[in-house]
Formats: sequence, C-alpha cells, structure tokens
Amino acid sequence: MVGIVSYGVYIPRWRIKVEEIARIWGHDADRYRKGLLVDEKSVPSLDEDVATMAVEAARNALRRAPQINPKKIGAIYVGSESHPYAVKPTATIVAEAIDATPSLTAADTEFACKAATAGIQACMGLVKAGYIRYGMSIGSDTAQGRPADALEYTASAGAAAYIVGEEDVIATIEGTCSFTQDVPDFWRRDGAGFPQHAGRFTGEPAYFAHVVNCSRELMRQLGTTPKDYDYAVFHEPNGSFPLTAAHMLGFEKDKVLPSLVVRKIGNTYSGSSLIGLATILDRAEVGNRILMTSYGSGAGSDSFSILVTDKIDEKRKLAPSVEYYVNRRDYVDYALYSRFKNQLRGSAE
Amino acid sequence: MIGDSYKKRDVAIVGVGATPFGEHWDKGLKELVSEAGFTAAEDAGIRGKEIEFILVGNMSAGMFVGQEHVAALVADFLGLNPTPAVRVEAACASGAVALRQGYLAVASGMYDLVAVGGVEKMTDVQGGWATSVLAGAMDTEWEAYFGATFPGIYAMIAQRYMYEYELTREQLAKVAVKSHYHASFNPLAHFRNRITVDGVLNSSLVADPLRLFDCSPISDGAACVLLTPTEQARRYTDTPVIIEGCAQASGTLALFERRDICTIDATVEAARQAFRQAGVTHKDIDVVEVHDCFTIGEILALEDLEFCKKGEAGKMYDDDQTYVGGTLPVNTDGGLKASGHPVGATGVKQVVELVKQLRGEAEKGRQVSGAEVGLAHNVGGSGATAVVTILRRGD
Repeated sequence: MVGIVSYGVYIPRWRIKVEEIARIWGHDADRYRKGLLVDEKSVPSLDEDVATMAVEAARNALRRAPQINPKKIGAIYVGSESHPYAVKPTATIVAEAIDATPSLTAADTEFACKAATAGIQACMGLVKAGYIRYGMSIGSDTAQGRPADALEYTASAGAAAYIVGEEDVIATIEGTCSFTQDVPDFWRRDGAGFPQHAGRFTGEPAYFAHVVNCSRELMRQLGTTPKDYDYAVFHEPNGSFPLTAAHMLGFEKDKVLPSLVVRKIGNTYSGSSLIGLATILDRAEVGNRILMTSYGSGAGSDSFSILVTDKIDEKRKLAPSVEYYVNRRDYVDYALYSRFKNQLRGSAE
Repeated sequence: MIGDSYKKRDVAIVGVGATPFGEHWDKGLKELVSEAGFTAAEDAGIRGKEIEFILVGNMSAGMFVGQEHVAALVADFLGLNPTPAVRVEAACASGAVALRQGYLAVASGMYDLVAVGGVEKMTDVQGGWATSVLAGAMDTEWEAYFGATFPGIYAMIAQRYMYEYELTREQLAKVAVKSHYHASFNPLAHFRNRITVDGVLNSSLVADPLRLFDCSPISDGAACVLLTPTEQARRYTDTPVIIEGCAQASGTLALFERRDICTIDATVEAARQAFRQAGVTHKDIDVVEVHDCFTIGEILALEDLEFCKKGEAGKMYDDDQTYVGGTLPVNTDGGLKASGHPVGATGVKQVVELVKQLRGEAEKGRQVSGAEVGLAHNVGGSGATAVVTILRRGD
C-alpha cells in the first residue's frame, strides 16, 4: 500500500522573539503572543534559502531511508512561495544535490502553504500507477511578512521532505482528498516583495471552511470519526487556528497540541503542516492513526489519513528530530534579523 | 421656524425588516437590500409593485464596493422598475435622512406607499481603507487630510468631556457593557457576547481614552421600513407605528469650529423640533435608540437630547438606568456598538428596532414592557447632521 517511506526536516538555527519585533514597532507584544499563540519564529541566515533548506530536509529524509538509492527516486517536487528563482526550478537543484539525476521528473509547485501536500498527492498517483518507485515532495519556505504587518510575527523559515513509495513504508496513507475553491484570502502579486491578506477574511471563509470541510470529507469517505485518530495535524499559521479547527471537528485538544511547533518556530508556510506531521512521526507508536490536513491560501486543503507501521522505530532515529531543530536555537535582534532578511535599504545594491 | 403647512396627513410605519448585521462575506449590496426589503414587504403583506417611491440611505457604496447609482440598482434588482428611486447620502445619518425624506413624501400627499431602505457593504475592503472612507464624512480638507480619523475625533471629544465633567473611564466602559448585554438577546446583532468593564478597560487602545470595545464595528447590513398615510395604515397592519415627529438639523463638519465640542448642537436643535412636533415630553419616552458610534457618543446624545443635565449622563450608568427595566432603556438592540454599524443602514435599523419595541415584538430579555413612545437619534460625521425621530404606537 502506498505510504510514507521516509521523512526529514530542517529548521534554521536563528530565532527572533515576538517581544523584539513588537519593541521595534511599538506594538503590544503580549497581545500578539496571546492572540497568535506564538512566542518566537525561526529566521533564515544570510546563506540560507528555499533551495538550501530543501536540500537539508531531503538529505535527512534519505538518512532515514538508507535502503533507497537516490537514483531510484523518480519524481521530486518542491512546494514553496519563496522559490529563489521566478524561472528556474528549485527541484533540479535538490535533485542534483542528492544525486537523483538525471532519470526523474522534477518541478516546483506553488499553492501558498499547501504546495508540498499537493506534491505528495502527485507522488502517490505516480507510485500507484507504477510510473515511479519513489517520489519525493518537499515543502520549503523563507516566508515573507511585510515589516510591521501582523504576518511579520509568524512568517518564518523551515522545510520538510517526504519520500512516498510502496516498499518499507513507515506509515501507510489510507486515503487522501482535497477541498478547493477560488478564495482571495492571501496573495502576492508577481514582482511584489510581500504578500497581502484580507484580514479576518482569512479565518472563517478561508482557513476554517477548507480545513474543516476537507477533514470531514476524508473521514466520511473512510468511515472514520475523530475518535479513530490518535493525533490530528492541521496547517499552523498560528497557534490558535489549528486548535479552533480541532474543536470544530470534535478532536480533543490533546490530539493536536503535540504537533503545534508553531509556538517555537512560527509559520513555515509550505513546511508548516509537514513539520507538524514530522513532530508526530517522531513520537508515534505502531498502529497510531493520524489525520493531517494542510491549508493553502487561494484556497484549498489536502487531507491525509495516515496509519503508522512497525517500521517506524528503526527509521526515525536515523536523522535529527523536529525537537532537535526546535531546541537548536540562537537569538537575533531586529537589526541582525533585518540584515538576514535583506531588509536594509541599500545593502544589496 | 418651520411650520407644518407642508403636512397634509400623518404618516405611519406599516412594515419593517432588517438583515442580521455583521460580516456578510457571501452577500453583496443587492442581496442585503433584497433580504431587508422582502422582510418588510412580507411584514406589511404588500407586493413590490404597490410601492410608489423608493429611498435608499447609503453612505459610500462607490468607495466600499465600487457601486454608484445605488437607488436604481435597488429598484432594478428587486424588480420594481419603473418605480422612481433616490439615494440619500448624509454619512452615518444617511438612513435617518432617507426616512425623513420618505416621511415628507407621504405627509405632503405626494405618495401613499414609500419604501425607505438603508444599506452598507463595508467588509469587502480592509479596515484601514474603511476608516479612510468613513473619514470622508469629516471636513476633508481641514481634518482628514491632516490625518484625523473618527476614532481620533471622538477621542478628542472624550478627552475634553472627561476633563470638563469628570466622567470616569469605568462609566464609559459601562456604556459598551450595557450594549453588549442588550445585543445578547438580539439575533440580528453583530456581537452577541457579553463583556465586562475590565474587558473594555483591557481591550486594545485605539485612540486614548477610547479602546477597541468603545468603538462600533465595521459591519454589513440593510434595513427597510414601509410608510403610508396613517389613515390607510390599517390596510396593512393591526399595529401601525405613527411618526409623531421627525426633525433634522445641521452643524459644522469640522470639530474645531464647534462652539463646544462636548455638545452636538445639531442634535439639540433636531430634538427640540421633534419634541415640539410630537407634542410629547421626555417623561413620555419609553425607549430610545441613540447614535453610539463610540461610547462617548451615547453620553453626549443623552445630554443633547436632554434626558439628563449636561455632565450627568455618566451617572445614569452607575445604577443601570439605561438597561431594559431601568428608567430609560437605551439601545435595546445593542446599539451601533454591539448590534453593528453598516453606516447607511443604521438610521433605518434604529427605527426598525423601535417599531418592534412599540409593537411588543422584541425578543425576551430586551423588550421594554408596555412601550408606547420611542425616540431614535442618528448622527452623521461628528455631528454635522443629526436626525431625531419620535414614534408612537398607533391605537
């Protein structure tokens, strides 16, 4: 049965605290921290971008799957909304770096924060159809948030890579479905440096409508209920949205809390729900069932029902855990943050 | 001094309707208007074709949703062509000014059945833009161009008022607490959650001393009332509500040109005229709807309408006089603060609420028992337009 053969994550070392951002703009830090349930966020260093982070995550995924010859990976998709090139794929850089070239298909995908779960679905299709043996989908972002915008408190950096196949899976994917509508809740026009969002509209008709309906539809198709799941993972734009979605769906808080790394690393966009899932795979036991639902603005959700197999124990220790990266941290102030984010006017000219 | 020679006959309200106020992301101007209009038509048991004249209060559909020519749009969308339709704009008082024009149209003998609607669709744009659009109700060249916004304008009024009359921050908070309490019984209200004084005092600072919970929200919504001559009202309803007085006055657009920024002279003048027309005294008023775009607005209103002496409105909140069951129930639907404030609709919605109160049809918990006479007060800008309407339950 098709499933997850391996996974790997990467989160940059640097962090900036909500207080530090609020200090610069004269905002009330406490209000942001409590409203968003976020304490600090990860910051990419000067020499880190979507490609380098994707490669790190991909290498970690391969560490957990020593049985796989990278040349057997038949597809690589990199989902991001901050690809370093507008034209020129990130996926080829990753493929070359992990020695998967040249007999594979590769492409970059974009669907706001769910570009990589769409990539997982594409890999599942290719694997099930017999076109490829393994497929890799990576979510990687150095998220942009306009200075002083509410987004600046959460827009962070990180990556997660998943290898999909039918052999030696650590978790089977029992089913997947999607829920997609044209909803303008958050967007970045071509050439614009920062995204725009429609304030409160990003909640009820956008995030919640898609996450909740998609999750419900998958459970309907599989005949499952929240009681059948040990964990639920939802896209984590902040700490409060996933908890509200869980409440709407009838999941107990305790089934969601373990995946909420957003509080310590912020919203890693394309990496968000997949890093959340990795947090659960790092601790899950054989037979655990996980519901994972991503969300991408614009808008859509992909839901997955995932059943952990007995291969998990031997594999997960082969690469660094999410917890390792969350705890591996050093703080920057807003000045250094501005330099890392290339926000200082004139510095790059 | 305006006489009443124009007045050939009394005017009654025979049908009312309103949409819920709030964030209607799935509805546009047309849908909101038709929902309120059909509710009112059903209430009066009329068919649309019987309507002879349509008035639509709307402040700024052009800036909010890019739609001008709103009155014709309403007539067209409701299938009422070729009935004449007129849009009325007076900022946040657009609704009440439209009502007054409808009242004059019936009182003068020109029309026998007039529909007065009010509508605003504000949540298609973001808060910052909405604030800028609303700032168009000021003296733009003297106020808005220099960065003034309505929260800032009303904050200056509140600062001065608190200095002059020793109003406490807690008393101001109690205005919002009362409004949310009333709204908790109102299924059409934007916010139905109850709040506390501490909740108000700890909400985000917007413009000192006003905090988030001192401010009315940005809402979508529509309301509609149907007017006929009183002598024909029984055709449509067993409980007509008579417009006993409806007066409008103007004041300076710019705050700095006011004689006293703690008094809205236009309200004082409109109230005097309306009371004179209606031939009632303050003791006769059972329920009032006042323009509380900010909590300080409600304090000024109660004084300018002369329900208490200048500087003493705050005390009415210390012993809950403004709650349903108190000596003067104020904003029984939650007011602009909690029921919501789709600017063009507000003045009409206030009248819809009073009609429900006078018919005894308001929900349990907010119905003023035995209410016979009600007063509505709608303000445009920071006081450049004020309309006061006095209604009485028909016998």
